[in-house]
Amino acid sequence: MLLISCPWCGARDETEFSCGGEAHIARPADPNALSDAEWADYLFMRKNTRGPYLERWVHTAGCRRWFNVARDTVTNEITAVYKMGAKPPRARAKASRRKR
Amino acid sequence: MADPFQWQSPLAHLGLAARSNREGDPGDAGVHLSERPARTQVNLRGDSADDAFNEAVTMVLGVGLPARPNTTAAGEGVTVLWLGPDEWLVVAAPDVDRLAALETALAGHGAAVTEVSESRAVIGLTGANAREVLMKGCALDLHPRAFRAGRCAQTLLARAGVILHQTGNEPAYDIYVARSFADYLWTWLEDAAGEYGVRVTGADT
Ligand SMILES: [Zn+2]
Repeated sequence: MLLISCPWCGARDETEFSCGGEAHIARPADPNALSDAEWADYLFMRKNTRGPYLERWVHTAGCRRWFNVARDTVTNEITAVYKMGAKPPRARAKASRRKR
Repeated sequence: MADPFQWQSPLAHLGLAARSNREGDPGDAGVHLSERPARTQVNLRGDSADDAFNEAVTMVLGVGLPARPNTTAAGEGVTVLWLGPDEWLVVAAPDVDRLAALETALAGHGAAVTEVSESRAVIGLTGANAREVLMKGCALDLHPRAFRAGRCAQTLLARAGVILHQTGNEPAYDIYVARSFADYLWTWLEDAAGEYGVRVTGADT
């Protein structure tokens, strides 16, 4: 089981959280201008990277706040936790890639 | 705010008052369970970085909002539990009527004041083995170095979402649970406490 550090509550069991999938996918400014294929791409298509991956998680059974998690999908190692609106920690993700 | 005359306990069918009278003195039972009396519960949301919002709340409640996650603040007859960076639960006895002034005082502050008194039951858990009972169904570190009187947490207890508030170092806990889960959680607690000896005590002890 993962031990996830909520930015507010600290380390809690994975069972208290829900994963919201890939982070940093911007909603198109004008959805009406998109073709069906482009809209479907926004809604459904995800990178699903093998290795470092940026995800949104929510502390469902705790403070119910959304935040971002940098997790390695191979090792399950969580390299960073950062708040909504914050920039992804690129340096850390790269360091983790070099390490493997 | 909460009207104690209309309040109905979700545990009424368990006849807890009669049991508490029948069982009498808690004696050497390791765990004491009680249903805490009806209390006003108000969910408060607002911007904690806004000084005017904080001042308005302090004026009405007589106590400032706890800024540190998972802590509580106690004032005269009012307790405030941290639920999120912009969310708190204000708890008071039903006859504390100044909570009604919150909504007026916070008008224009972009705050939300929501009366949720009927949404949760509150179970009191005390006794020498109270912590061991919680440990059977809760993943939180409840050791005194990590969790002590004045701390609160929203977490899972026996897979039910609860707000856990440690009210004393004896230890004593108030467990807030959605009323539809109250019967389940009470039954679970009594079962988990069985090996230590469990007594139902009056609401105020
Ligand atoms: Zn949290």
